[in-house]
Amino acid sequence: LSDEASRPFAGLSDVSISEDIPVEGDISVPMGSSRRDDEFSTLDEPVKETILRDLRAVGNKFIHVLYPKRSSALLRDWDLWGPLLLCVTLALLLQGGSADSDDQGGPQFAEVFVIIWFGSIIITLNSKLLGGTISFFQSLCVLGYCIMPLTVAMAVCRIVLVGGSGPVSFGVRLVVVTASFGWSTFASTAFLADSQPANRKALVVYPVFLFYFVIGWMVLTFSPAQ
Amino acid sequence: MASANDPFQFQEFEEAASLLEADRDATTITIDDEDTKAEKQRIAAGFIPDGDDEDRLASDDKTELLSGQKKSAPFWTFEYYQQFFDIETHHVRERIIGSMVPWPRKNFIHVYLRRNPDLYGPFWICTTLVFAIAISGNISTFLGKLGKPNYKYTPEFGKVTIAATAIFSYAWLVPLALWGFLLWRNNKAMNLVTYSFMEIICVYGYSLAIYIPAVVLWILPYEWLRWCSIMVALCLSGSVLVMTFWPAVRDDHPKMIIATMSAIVVLNTLLAVGCKVYFFSKPETLIPVEHAPAAEVIKTTHAAATHST
Repeated sequence: LSDEASRPFAGLSDVSISEDIPVEGDISVPMGSSRRDDEFSTLDEPVKETILRDLRAVGNKFIHVLYPKRSSALLRDWDLWGPLLLCVTLALLLQGGSADSDDQGGPQFAEVFVIIWFGSIIITLNSKLLGGTISFFQSLCVLGYCIMPLTVAMAVCRIVLVGGSGPVSFGVRLVVVTASFGWSTFASTAFLADSQPANRKALVVYPVFLFYFVIGWMVLTFSPAQ
Repeated sequence: MASANDPFQFQEFEEAASLLEADRDATTITIDDEDTKAEKQRIAAGFIPDGDDEDRLASDDKTELLSGQKKSAPFWTFEYYQQFFDIETHHVRERIIGSMVPWPRKNFIHVYLRRNPDLYGPFWICTTLVFAIAISGNISTFLGKLGKPNYKYTPEFGKVTIAATAIFSYAWLVPLALWGFLLWRNNKAMNLVTYSFMEIICVYGYSLAIYIPAVVLWILPYEWLRWCSIMVALCLSGSVLVMTFWPAVRDDHPKMIIATMSAIVVLNTLLAVGCKVYFFSKPETLIPVEHAPAAEVIKTTHAAATHST
């Protein structure tokens, strides 16, 4: 090895900077990040503002379920408030039926809760195992929000049952529940099926169909206390 | 052999034969690759696939070799379970139809599963069957007691739990027992056809598919219809199961074959009949109820008549 190789910076050893050349320049720090933080800092806003914002988001999603078109609002800003609200409402509405409480009457509150949440989790797992691109909580959010037509149907059924529980009332209830079941399945399919490859869409849609069918069955077979 | 001048140069170790040339007394070990060992075993045992299955099995082996090894992730990761959902809609459809239509020479596992057992089919078929039984039982009870004035309709949700327990334990425990049994017999008698645990679960899961339309038929309150549909469903699913497990036990002791096959059929029958008896009440006719007060009246008048005379 030659001397040059062992001393690579040999030629620079006699370079010096004279002290009378001023060194000056500008250093600027980008202020954008702190400005963004200020925008999202919600610690100082009044509580009413916070609650209203979340309520508005939930309400927005309800409207998206009412008119299910391919939009990303449900998927992008998922939240689980809406599903929780709907689940509790549905479970409460399913109470108070069949006065023989020790007999196998209507579903208990916990049973409805378990069926809805456990069912949603299983369907989400199924969708992810089949290679879906939707995330876990997004799927829970969609499935929970699409229970809304069935909750509305339950409320309608209870009103109809006040009038009487004969065959006419049963016919009306059947029509209402079938329509809302179809609506729920269609709405959730519109969101979920897009995240699957084409040759597996039916495999993902069928469990959703079964899920809403069982919930619709619970709604339809609700018999009031006499 | 080893090059002496550079200690870090890679050394190739030659086959045992050439090594033995240098030193006759040395002991050498040859370690075969897993696949070559299995291949040698198969050739040594003289495994000849029979009849129709031959070309299917040949293409099956070829596709397996071409597609490479299935990557096996550890069982606590998500990817491990994802390999059991690697199917498409038409696969599921074909497998369901194949489980209902027993073809004499077609073995369900070889023809339909083709080393790709899935968990989607068994799980969702069992779930559908659970809800079908619960709902159909509920409807049939309602229809059966429609005329009675004192009947109060109750959606019997407790029965869903019972149905779920019965069906899921059949679908998971019986394959486990069968797999363990076949494994044990494999050690005793050199069986050439072995099924993996997942394949057995798959067969059992899909064999329950025929019961879903049968259960829906049971809503109609005709006993003869219910027993007919049970017989038909039993025959179809039982024969599919028997034909699937025949190659796995045919080299065994004849008593063992009979025992295994009859156990499979009997368990299937028990499940079907048990579900029918428990969830579907016998349709009671109204006539005995109406006759009872009349019979009472006749008896009392008769007693009064004999008493008075």
